[in-house]
Amino acid sequence: MKKTTINSAHYHLGGKMIDFFGWDLPVQYSGLSEEHNSVRTTGGIFDVSHMGEIFIKGDSALDAVQYITSNNISKLKPGKILYTALPNENGCFVDDMLVYMITDKEYLLVVNAANLEKDFKWISSKVERFGVSIKNRSDEYTQIAIQGPNAEKLLTQFTSDKITDLKYYYFLVGKVSNIDAIISRTGYTGEDGFEIYFQSDEKTASDLFIDLAEKGKDLGIIPAGLGARDTLRLESKMSLYGNDIDDSHTILEADLGWILKLKKGDFIGRDSLLKQKEEGISRKLVGFELTEKGVPRHGYKVFVDGKHYSEVTSGTFAPFLRKPIGLVYLPLGHSDIGSKFHVEIREKQVEAMVVETPFYKRSS
Amino acid sequence: MDLKTYKFSKDHEWVKLEDDIAIIGVSDYAQKEMGDVVYIELPEKGNSFSKGDTCSNIESVKAVNDIFTPLSGEVVDVNTSLEDTPENINKDPYDSGWIFKIKISDSAELTDLLDADQYEEYLKGI
Repeated sequence: MKKTTINSAHYHLGGKMIDFFGWDLPVQYSGLSEEHNSVRTTGGIFDVSHMGEIFIKGDSALDAVQYITSNNISKLKPGKILYTALPNENGCFVDDMLVYMITDKEYLLVVNAANLEKDFKWISSKVERFGVSIKNRSDEYTQIAIQGPNAEKLLTQFTSDKITDLKYYYFLVGKVSNIDAIISRTGYTGEDGFEIYFQSDEKTASDLFIDLAEKGKDLGIIPAGLGARDTLRLESKMSLYGNDIDDSHTILEADLGWILKLKKGDFIGRDSLLKQKEEGISRKLVGFELTEKGVPRHGYKVFVDGKHYSEVTSGTFAPFLRKPIGLVYLPLGHSDIGSKFHVEIREKQVEAMVVETPFYKRSS
Repeated sequence: MDLKTYKFSKDHEWVKLEDDIAIIGVSDYAQKEMGDVVYIELPEKGNSFSKGDTCSNIESVKAVNDIFTPLSGEVVDVNTSLEDTPENINKDPYDSGWIFKIKISDSAELTDLLDADQYEEYLKGI
């Protein structure tokens, strides 16, 4: 299994380790619910070094990135970030990712760990014509996420950079614990927080993580694992590739029209998406709650008007909201708020209802 | 918690005997592994099970956990309070977190169970 530079810190902190797409990472430390709720009320720190970092550099970098994305990259300026699909010709997802504009000639693409190789091959072949350099530098980067209401209070103890002024979806290049780092105000939890990217050896990275955990104690910030990461993003209705988005559902069907900018110019998948926009979608990703006792989980069969239509894409018992929630693709005619359907849980038909999303939204 | 009078199965259920009635729950190890219990599907009173049958499902945030009966017999009582306070399985697994009671039909099966010390040893090997 691959190990991040923070690996020894996980063992030191009592992490329960699992094989996550080939990476030796903690699924939890003190407990999933405890970590989840800590992030919602005070904070948590995560090792997310398994994420991929691909750099695109060159005079035509903007054109190249515009061509492979659905969102409008020309809206970026140095220090700004956006979320976008990496679409295929059918307007479905090769991946979803963040695009960081470093300069007008250099962009950083942060992609899912599970798709790194696939994405790199795809992007390399699609941007060839633009004559830009494309580098997979994932192995160089350690990434730590500090998420929660007290995230800023913790990070200010480790950096003299003006992170208080850093707005959501912006980044700066500075130092954390004297190590050169990209600090972005981003995250996958629905809380305020930061993601820090830096290059370092194992000892420095592990020591930093342990130090953050130590100083975090007074602020109620605890180490958190992949389990909590998943329940947090689901409560905030953030999609997970492989569950809610994939190469067989379009950006429009996935209810992500806000990252689709058809007017920006040509890009992979534009024709398909334009056609679908004109014709209308026939199915839609919606959020639901169970109205009866049970916990919906990924893969459970979903019945609409008594017929098996699809499967739950993501589901859990939300630790903070204390209710069973999930995401599913339903026929358009059945996707309005209040629409009822059934989830099959161990041969029993359990009633569910379409609800507004995100299930949870932070107050600030 | 004095567990000297408790017996354990390798599936992490505990058994406490009161004559021919066995009170059954899940061990502290099991509740920790499961995480926060949110729902429990209790077995039905009057139903009979054979040793090893799935007789209950416990839903925790992270997973569904099948509970297997360590002994054969008829269910004579279930802890309905767990429907309102399923967290007792986490907080008090050996006492108020008891799940069901069965009238044992084959006392020979008791010899397959581990005592508290043997269960401790067993846990070390996992």
